[in-house]
Amino acid sequence: MKAKNRDQSLSDSRELDGSYDQLTDSVEDDFELSTVCHRPESMDKLQEQTKFTKKELQVLYRGFKNECPSGVVNEENFKTIYSQFFPQGDSSMYAHFLFEAFDTDKNGSVSFEDFVFGLSIILRGTINDRLNWAFNLYDLNKDGCITKEEMLDIMKSIYDMMGKYTYPNMQDDAPREHVESFFQKMDRNKDGVVTIEEFIESCQKDENIMQSMALFDNVI
Amino acid sequence: MSAGVSAWLPFARAAAIGWMPVANLPMPVAPAENCGGQHHHRKDELVVLNVSGRRFQTWRQTLERYPDTLLGSSEKEFFYDEASREYFFDRDPDVFRSVLNFYRTGKLHYPRYECICSYEDELAFFGIIPEIIGDCCYEEYKDRKRENAERLQDDLDDENKDKAKPPNMTSRESMWRAFENPHTSTMALVFYYVTGFFIAISVLTNVVETMPCGAAPHHKEVSCGDRYTVAFFCMDTACVLLFTVEYLARLFAAPCRVRFARSVMSVIDVVAILPYYIGLVMTDNEDVSGAFVTLRVFRVFRIFKFSRHSQGLRILGYTLKSCASELGFLLFSLTMAIIIFATVMFYAEKGSTSSKFTSIPASFWYTIVTMTTLGYGDMVPKTIAGKIFGSICSLSGVLVISLPVPVIVSNFSRIYHQNQRADKRRAQKMQKARLSRLRMSKTGSSSAFLHSKRNGLFTEALELTTCIEQEQRKDTSLLESQHHHLLHCLEKTTNHEFVDERCYQQSFLDNSSLTRGGYVSSSRSPSPCSQEGVAGTCCGTRDHAPLSNAKGVAAPPPPTYVLHHPPHHHHPTHRPTVREYVTVYL
Repeated sequence: MKAKNRDQSLSDSRELDGSYDQLTDSVEDDFELSTVCHRPESMDKLQEQTKFTKKELQVLYRGFKNECPSGVVNEENFKTIYSQFFPQGDSSMYAHFLFEAFDTDKNGSVSFEDFVFGLSIILRGTINDRLNWAFNLYDLNKDGCITKEEMLDIMKSIYDMMGKYTYPNMQDDAPREHVESFFQKMDRNKDGVVTIEEFIESCQKDENIMQSMALFDNVI
Repeated sequence: MSAGVSAWLPFARAAAIGWMPVANLPMPVAPAENCGGQHHHRKDELVVLNVSGRRFQTWRQTLERYPDTLLGSSEKEFFYDEASREYFFDRDPDVFRSVLNFYRTGKLHYPRYECICSYEDELAFFGIIPEIIGDCCYEEYKDRKRENAERLQDDLDDENKDKAKPPNMTSRESMWRAFENPHTSTMALVFYYVTGFFIAISVLTNVVETMPCGAAPHHKEVSCGDRYTVAFFCMDTACVLLFTVEYLARLFAAPCRVRFARSVMSVIDVVAILPYYIGLVMTDNEDVSGAFVTLRVFRVFRIFKFSRHSQGLRILGYTLKSCASELGFLLFSLTMAIIIFATVMFYAEKGSTSSKFTSIPASFWYTIVTMTTLGYGDMVPKTIAGKIFGSICSLSGVLVISLPVPVIVSNFSRIYHQNQRADKRRAQKMQKARLSRLRMSKTGSSSAFLHSKRNGLFTEALELTTCIEQEQRKDTSLLESQHHHLLHCLEKTTNHEFVDERCYQQSFLDNSSLTRGGYVSSSRSPSPCSQEGVAGTCCGTRDHAPLSNAKGVAAPPPPTYVLHHPPHHHHPTHRPTVREYVTVYL
C-alpha cells in the first residue's frame, strides 16, 4: 500500500511539476542518452598498430570501458574524468585541448582506438614522437606553428588547474610572463612563432625537458 | 578521486606531456614501483574472495581503489588462506555482494530486503562508512535506520518502566517514581485510584449541581446546587483539597520543577483548582459575581486530569497536536467557503421580504449549519437563487469537510502504533550533515596531497630517499603516490605550490602586512607552510609571533624570525635540530 502511494505521488508530482510532457510520456532531461555503442578493433590489430602488449591493452580497455560503457568518450565526459584528478583547480580548458589532440579524426568523440594511439605515442614513442605530439597539442589551429596567443591559451589552462589556493599567490600576468620566457627559449629566429623544427631543436638542447620526457617510460 | 577513474590515472599522467616543454624547473622523481620485490602482485591479477563458501573474484586493482577499507588495505592479508590461495571471510555472502559492487562501481547501494542491523554490521566489518550510500538508496536507508532507532528506544523505555527499584533513592525520587508509574508500589496504585475517583466525583458534582432538584411549594424550581449549598460546598472543598495536595506533592517531587510547572498536565491541574481559591478570596460583590460564574466554567477542566489515567486520551491529544497543519488547512478552507457562500446568500436573499439574512455575518450561521449538513431550519432561503446557491453550498460542504479527515485518521493510527516519530525537519538536518560530510571527503583528496607533501619535503631534505623509506611510505597506496607525483609535476611546471585555504589566507595577510612594514626576508624558504610539521597546524601557529615582526618595527635578523617555527614543529620520528632547519631552507 505504501509503495503504491509513492508511485502515485510520483506521477502526481510530475504533473504538478510541469516539465512532464503528457503526450510523449517522457520527462525532459538535460542529457541525451547515447545510443551509440562502439566496439574497438580486435586486440591483435591494436597490438600491431600500437606498441602496447596484450596485457596492457586489456588493462587500458577495462578502465576505459568502466568509465564509458558506450565505447566512446564525448568531451563532457572527458572533462569530468580529467577534473577528478585536479580537485583544487579548473582543468576543463586543458581537458578541452587534450580532447582536441586525442580526437584525431575530429568527429567529436574519442574512441578507444584514438585513446590508445595517443597513449602509445606518449608512453611508448621515441622522444621525437613525444615532442611531436606535444607540439600538436600546442598548435591549436594545426597550421604548423605556435603563435603567442595559442601558447597563452595553453598556459592559462595549465595555470587554471592550480586553482586559487597557491603559494605564492597567483598573479594575473603569470601565464603571460611564462609565455614570454618560453618564446625567448624556443623562438630562434625571433619571428614571433615557433615552428616544429625550432621546437624540437630547442627541446633537445634543454636538459630538463629531455629528462622529464624520459619520465613517461614507465607510466604503465 | 573516485574509484572508477583510478584506472585513468595512467592517461592523466600521460597527459602531463603538455606541461613538460613549458616547465622551467626539473620534474620530481616518479614514485618507484616494485621496490623491494615483495609487491610482485602489483601487476593486475585475479583475487578470489571466498565468503562463507560463495566465491567472488575480482581484480586486485579493483579492491585497491579504496585503501582505507579492509579489502583495499593490507588488513585482508589476515584472512588469506595459504592452502587454497584465497581470502576467506566468514560473513554474509548476500550483503557482500553490495560491498563488492561498491568497489566495482564506486557506488554503495542498500538492498531493500536486507535487515538494517546486519547491513550495518557488515559495513562496519569491511570498514566502509554507510554515509556514502548513493542517493538512490539513501532515503530508504535513513528511514529504516530511524525506525530501528525508535524500536530500540521503545525497548529501552519499556525496560526502564519495569526496572526494579535501585537502592538508595531519596524519598523525593521515590515519590516522583510513584507518581509517574503507579504500578511500582501499592501505595502509588492506591493514590492513583483515589485521585481518579475524586476527579470523577468532582465532575459529577459539577454536573448534578445544575440539575433542577424539585421545588419547595410556592417557590420556583431551584437547582440542586442552590438547594443543598452546604453539601455541594463540602464536596467541592474536599476535592480541591485533594487536588491541591497532589499538585504540591508533584511539584515537590519533580526533578526539574521549572519544566514540571510548564508542562501541560500541571497547567491543567492549576486551572482546575484555581477557581475555587479565587472564589474563596472574592467576597459577594455584585460586580464580580458575573465573572465568578464564568470562573466556575473552568472547573470542567478537571475532566482533563483523566488524561494521566488514560493512554488513549494522551494519544488523541498528541494526534491533534501533530495534525495541526491539517486542522489548520481544514479551518482555512472552511472559512474561505463560509465567507464566499455567506456573501452569495446574503445578496441572493436581499430581495425577499422578512428575510432572516439580515447581514453577511448573520448568513455565516446559515452557511455553517448547511455545510456541516446540520440543517437546523431556523434560516431558510426563500428566493429561487437563494435555494440554488444553498444547495450548492451544502454539496460543497460535504466535500470540503471530508477531505482532510482521512489524513487526521491515518495520523492517529500511525501514532497509535508508534509513539515517537522523527520530524521531517530533523531528517532534513541529517541530510545537510551528510552533504557536508561528502564535501569533506572530496576535499580530503586534496588535503591528502598537501599532507603527503609535508611528509615528502622533510624526508627529501634529510636525503633518505632509499627504498626502505619508500616502503615505509607505502601505506599511501601506489595509486595515491602516483597521483601526488602528477600534482607535484604541475607545481613544478607553474612554479607555484598547492596550499590549503588557511595558508592561503595567512600568506595573503602576511604579504600585505610585510609590504607595509617594508621587510622582505629573502632568506625565507619558498614554502613556510611546509615547515609547520606533520600535524595539521599549518598556519595556525604563525599567528602568534611573526606578525608582530612585520609591523614595521626594525626588522629582527632573519634567523630569529625563522626560528619561531621550531617550537611548534613535531615530527613523529625524531626531534628536529637547527641543522636540519638550515638544510630545509636552502
